[in-house]
Order: sequence, then structure tokens, then C-alpha cells
Amino acid sequence: MTKTPLTNTGFYSESPRSGVLGWLLSTDHKRIGMMYLGCITTMFIVAAALGLAMRLQLFTPGQHIMTAQTYNATFTVHGIIMIFLFIIPSIPAAFGNLLLPIQIGARDVFFPKINLLSWYLYIIGAILAVLAIFTGTGAPDTGWTFYVPFSTQTSTNVSLAALAAFMLGFSSILTGINFVTTIHRLRAEGMGWGRLPLFVWTLYATAWIQVLATPMLGITLVLVMLERFFGAGLFDVASGGDPILFQHLFWIYSHPAVYIMILPAMGVISEIIPTFSRKPLFGYWAMAISSLAIAFAGSLVWAHHMYASGMSDFAILVFSLLTFIVAIPSAIKIFNWISTLYKGSIELAPPMLYALAFILQFAIGGLGGLALGAAAADIHLHDTTFVVGHFHYTMFGGTGFAFFAALHYWLPKFTGRMYNHKIAFIAWGLLFVGFNTTYMAMQAVGIQGMPRRYYDYLPEFQTLNMVSTIGSWVLAAGLIVMFVNLLNGMRNGRPIRMNPWGGATLEWQVPSPPPMLNFGKEDPVVTRGPYDYKGVKADEF
Amino acid sequence: MSFEHRDDTGDRFGMWLFLYTEVILFSGLFILYAIALTTYPQEYITASNKLNIWFGAANTVVLLTSSLTIALAITAIQRNQIRLCISLCVATIGLAFVFLINKYFEWSHEISLGIYPASETLRDMGPGVTSFFNLYYFTAGLHGLHVLIGATLITVVAVMVAKGKVTSDRYVLLENSALYWHLVDLVWIFLFPLYYLII
Amino acid sequence: MSEEKHEPVPYQTFILIWVALIILTGITVGVAQFDLGAVNVWVALSVASLKSALVLFVFMHLRQESLLFKIGLLAMLVILVIFIGLTFTDVLYREVLL
Ligand code: HEM
Ligand SMILES: [Cu+2]
Repeated sequence: MTKTPLTNTGFYSESPRSGVLGWLLSTDHKRIGMMYLGCITTMFIVAAALGLAMRLQLFTPGQHIMTAQTYNATFTVHGIIMIFLFIIPSIPAAFGNLLLPIQIGARDVFFPKINLLSWYLYIIGAILAVLAIFTGTGAPDTGWTFYVPFSTQTSTNVSLAALAAFMLGFSSILTGINFVTTIHRLRAEGMGWGRLPLFVWTLYATAWIQVLATPMLGITLVLVMLERFFGAGLFDVASGGDPILFQHLFWIYSHPAVYIMILPAMGVISEIIPTFSRKPLFGYWAMAISSLAIAFAGSLVWAHHMYASGMSDFAILVFSLLTFIVAIPSAIKIFNWISTLYKGSIELAPPMLYALAFILQFAIGGLGGLALGAAAADIHLHDTTFVVGHFHYTMFGGTGFAFFAALHYWLPKFTGRMYNHKIAFIAWGLLFVGFNTTYMAMQAVGIQGMPRRYYDYLPEFQTLNMVSTIGSWVLAAGLIVMFVNLLNGMRNGRPIRMNPWGGATLEWQVPSPPPMLNFGKEDPVVTRGPYDYKGVKADEF
Repeated sequence: MSFEHRDDTGDRFGMWLFLYTEVILFSGLFILYAIALTTYPQEYITASNKLNIWFGAANTVVLLTSSLTIALAITAIQRNQIRLCISLCVATIGLAFVFLINKYFEWSHEISLGIYPASETLRDMGPGVTSFFNLYYFTAGLHGLHVLIGATLITVVAVMVAKGKVTSDRYVLLENSALYWHLVDLVWIFLFPLYYLII
Repeated sequence: MSEEKHEPVPYQTFILIWVALIILTGITVGVAQFDLGAVNVWVALSVASLKSALVLFVFMHLRQESLLFKIGLLAMLVILVIFIGLTFTDVLYREVLL
């Protein structure tokens, strides 16, 4: 194999339409997946730049590069983009689209046209979000949570931002419907429930949350808009409403949403760990069932975000108790990954390194979550940078790193080329060190009492803030090295054959990049489990 | 080259999933209602008495009947009685408009009394009554929007039946539009007693 | 994928169900004429649930669909009950009701 240009191979070459339209009107799940991947990565880079700007402002006390109002707008936009445009669609919409059909032996998702529609809704949401920043009366400054009464009173562009989030929610719902139906109806012959790769199981659990929780976000945001346009008053005490109910409705969606963020990431890790340990995944059914258990238990705990809101003490008691229960299925996963590693013949390839970092960082974030789940501790820690550190540990150290792991694991499959491994190691080292410095320092200063969402702080918090900001520079360097290396690999990397890592799931049994309908003329028949490595060897590359 | 397959059961399953999302969407408003009702039981009775039961009851009958006609339309197409199927679709659409026109008169009446979100009259009636009418307008409004969407869907399918694109052999589009229409009915089945019949 | 076609439901069945629905509507309206306190709401909700069941199982053909459809519906209803029920752990136990 010499260097054939990418556009001449696999699903890049075969298309009913040529050129850009061949992409924009394509209903092929791989093309849609690649389009998602491009947009999502762009969004991540934009929002990361905003995060770095905030860290710069927080380097020392006082006003440097932004005013208080700009800071408010910056964390709001950073949050909205990271949550709704990056992390929620990141793994399900991008990698889920690329891989789900192939991994279950199907030729596409069940509703290919709706799949394209949901991509367009994503793009519309992205455009609206960008418009909300640059037009009208100024970028929204409510935080990504849109809490009333502030969100119904501020003069900034909240309505447009809420509309954007509404569209993105709709897009997410359609993806969820598509995936549930696909998994039920399109599994290949022989692909029983016990042979589904864990990634598919987690996508399945995620898709149910997308279907059953996201509409609640939709109605909540609609009500905020109605409140702004018509004075609906549903959350206004003077009109018999109750602002705390906004928080209930919002978190009824947004807590399950954190499982939309983390479950697919757990799926990615469950694929990577066995492949690079050359051992079947430990406790397959425990892993599969715990994914569903997490999805279910995730719908029981939303009000742990509201201990300080003024809700009843009884509710605090109930939700605190329930919150501890969710920890159980997550812990099952961590133990099973570690048991899979135990006595495996471990190969520290780049995807594996990101996966290992995931386990550590997710565990730290999860344990911090337990501290916050205990109401007594949370009253002290609520709205401090400890919380910011905690959720970055789970979302960035967890899902973000799993996203990077997935990029390193599967991007070669879909571009047919391998990136440079040495540079990938360097990038990983920078990211790991930078990430932990940035957010461990934020957690520490939070315990000392530094509030979140403030552009300025007391002098005694300076040292740790400086550490955090310097950490963010290392992190930024890591991101740059990683993305440049991946891009370079896509264009100039060494060509690979079917199975560079020695994976046993179906995507490693089709060419890289896969052809238009994934499999040849014959529909695939599955005869072995997803982690059955007997006789499977990695190709040289 | 694109992916061709036929699986009506899967198509219907997708539609059911979509209906679940609609139920959750409305449930947000019903949660707010349930809480306000426990907070202001007395005021809710006062407010509910201001609504005209007969408007509500008439609309209930209209929607139930439209649910019947669209259900019959499916049997008709299964038995290849195309003319009958189209007439039943048209009847459903007609009933949808009767519903909306009824709603229009009802709302005009209330608005003429000064009862609408953020109005002076409402503010003077106190928070409980205000919250009732706010919820009433937005829940019924969202429901009305669904009536409109459902009627549009059925119109499109009726045209496709007439053109022979939806046939006795392949009618899942009609089934899915009918499912959507029944959902509109289901929401109303709860909305009607909760808003009109509280005493 | 195999195609399971449903038998057409006879016209009479649908019409009978419609009659039942109208009668049930009459019952709720009738009961609402008498002040029974909190019982009113529960009667109204029970009748509404019964009506919904008729619409779901007959008009919407749920009776003829596979188990999956029913489990899905059940899952949705369970989630709905959780959302409503747990919200009440807050609202019912506030120190100061609004
Ligand atoms: C380069 C990487 C990143 C940096 C430097 C960064 C930095 C920050 C900072 C400084 C804040 C504001 C703290 C405050 O004053 O309250 C913040 C908030 C936030 N970040 Fe990040 N972040 C990064 C990546 C991410 C990622 C990957 C996610 C999620 C996937 C994320 C999600 C959020 C959210 C949701 C908020 C809260 C916004 C709000 O308060 O409304 N961030 N981040
Ligand atoms: Cu939470």
C-alpha cells in the first residue's frame, strides 16, 4: 500500500453525489459521523480558548484582560458550548454514528434521513449559539444553567441562547431515538445481546436517557423564553410560581445529562482496555447491566444540585441518600476495568494511556462527587471552585480524555492512516500533567472558600490560582501537540490495514476506511464475542 | 448507493419513542400544575369555575371522535378501501379544525374578560388564580400547536394515499401519523378534567 | 427483517371503544357536579387513566404490538412517576409553603 489520497478510498470515494453536496446531503452514517467529529472538535477548541482566557484573568487578583461582565459572559458561553455543543454530542453523535452500525453488523442506522436531520439541527443550534454571542444586547451572562429569576430579567441575549440549547436538545433526542431503534432492529445475524460490544451497550443506555430526559430541558427552556416574551410568570412568586421549580425541571434533565456525557465514555474505555490487555473484559454482564443501572439511577438524584436552594430538608435527605446509590454501578465499572488489566499483557499504546488517565481522573472526580453528595459537606463547598474542579475531573478528565482516547483508537480506522506515536506520548504527558495541575489546584482553592463564577478574588487565594493558570498553559500545549499530530497523521501518516490494534469487534474486520455500506455484498454473520482475542493479531504498521 | 430496508415494526417503534418524548415534554407543565394545585387548592377551584365546562366537554367529544375516525382510517386502508380511508382522514382534519375554532372562541371570550398572561385583571385576582390561568394558557397553547402539527401530518398522508404512495400494502406513514394524533388526544384526556372540572 | 402484519381491527371494535370513551367522559363531567373534596381530582385522574388505556391499547394498536413496545411504555411511565414523585419530596415538606 503506497500513498493513495484519502479521497480515493472507502466511503470517501463512493457516493451518489460528488463534492461538498456528497457530504451535506449524505445519509451515510460514517459521513455524518465525520461531519459531527469535525464540528464538535472545532467547538471544543473554541470553548477551550475561552477557558484559557478565564484562567488568564484569574492569574492574579484584579482586573486584567476582562471586566466582570465579560467574565460572566465568558464562563456562560464556555459552559454552553462545552456542554451542549461539545460534550453531549461528542462521543454518541460522532463516534456513535461512526461505529454503532458497524459494531452490530448493520449497514447504516435505522433512520438515515433523520440522522442527517439531527446533524442539521446541531448545526442550527451551533449557529444560534454563535449569534447569541455576537448579536443583540450582548452575550448571555447567566451561566450555562439559565437559573431564574436572573435569566428572565437580564437584558442579555438569553432567549437566543435558550433557543440554541432547545435545538441541540432536539438533535440529541433524534439521535437517541435512532440508536435505540437501530440496536433493537438492525443487529446482524448472530449478534445476540450477549455479543454486543460494551460501547454499544453504553450507547443504548445513553440513548434511552436522551429520549426520556431531554424533553424536560426542552419545556424548561421554552418556559424561560415564554417568561421573557409574555411574562408567563410560571417561576415568579408574585404570579403564584416558584423559582425553585425551575431548578427542579432543569436538573431533572441535567443530572441525567451528566450520564449522557459519561456513559459513552465508559463504553470507549471498555473497548480499549481489553484490546490492549489482550484479555476479555472482566464481568461482561455486570458491565452491561451496570450501564442500564446507571441510566436508571441517574434519574433519581437530580436535586443534589439544589441543597443550597431552599428546598425542603426532607428532600435533601432523600436525594443525598439516593446520590450515594449511583456511586455503586460506577464503582463496579472501575473495579472491572482494573480486574481486566490484572495479569493482562498490557501494551501502552496511545489510546491505552488516555484510557488509564481516564480511570484515575474519573475516580478522583467521582470521589469528589461523593463529598458533594453529602449535604453537610456540600453546603460548604457549593458554588466554590471545588465544584468547578470536580466537574472538570469527571467531564474533561473523564469524558474529554475518553474522547481523546477514542480519537487515537478509531481515527486511523476512518482515515486509513496512523499518527506519530512518539508525539502522541508527548501530548499525552503534557495533557495529563497540565490537566491535573489546573484542576487539582482549583479544587484545593475551592476548599479554602474561593467562590466560582467570580472574575476576581482575595489575595490569599493567589498562589493556588497561579498554579492552576500555569497548569492550564501546559494543558493548552498538550492540546495543540495532540491535535496537530492527529491532523498530520490523517494527511501524511503511514497507511494501515484492517486491524492495527488487534481488536476483536466487527469494525476491525472491515477495510480502513470502511466502504460505503460497511460490509461486502453478503450481510455479516457473527460467530464470536466482542472480546474473544483468540487468533486475532494486530497488523504491522 | 444508499441503505434500503423495510421494517414497519421498527418504524412504528421509532414513532412510539418519539411519543414518549412528547409525553415527557408535557409532563413538565403537569408537574408545575400538580404542585400549584397542592399549594393553592382553593384558588384553583375559583379559577377553574371561570372556565366554561361546555367548551371543554364539546372539545373532548370532538377530539375523541377524531381519534375514532383516524383509527378507522387504518382499518380502511388495510382492507384496501381507499376512498373510505381518504374520507376518514378528511373527517379527522375537519374535526381538528372544529377543535381549533372552538378554542379560538373560548380564548377570545376569556381574553375579552381581561384574562390572559400578565394581564392587570389577572394580577388583581391574586397569585393562585394567576398561576392557574398561566398554566392553562401555556398547556392548552402547546396542545393547540400539536393539534395543528397533527392535522398537517394527516393532510400530507391523505394526499399520499390519494396519489397511491401510501397503499394497503405499505401504510406505516398513516399509522405513524395516526399515533401522533392519538397522542394529541391523550394529552387532552388529562388536560380537560384537570383544568375544567376542578371543584 | 420479517414483516409481521397486523390483522385489521374491525370497525365495530373501534366504534364500541369510542362509545365507552364518550360514556366515561360523561361520568367525569357528572361527578364534577358534586363537591367531594379531594376525591374529585382522584376520580377525574382515574377515569382519565382508564380512557388513556383504551386509546393506547385499542386505538393505537398497542394490544397487537410486541412486548418491547409495552416495556418501553412502562419504562416511560415509571420515569414519569419518579419525576413527579421526587419533586413532591421537596414541595410537600417545605418549612414555609409559598
Ligand atoms: C482548556 C480546557 C478548559 C479550561 C482551561 C477550563 C476552564 C474553566 C474555568 C476557568 C471555568 C470558570 C470557573 C468559574 O469562574 O466559575 C470553567 C467553567 C466551566 N467549564 Fe471549563 N475549562 C476547560 C475545559 C472544559 C471542558 C472540556 C468542559 C466540559 C466538557 C468544561 C465545562 C465547563 C462548565 C460546564 C463550566 C461552568 C460554566 C458556568 O459556570 O456556567 N470546561 N472552565
Ligand atoms: Cu448531578
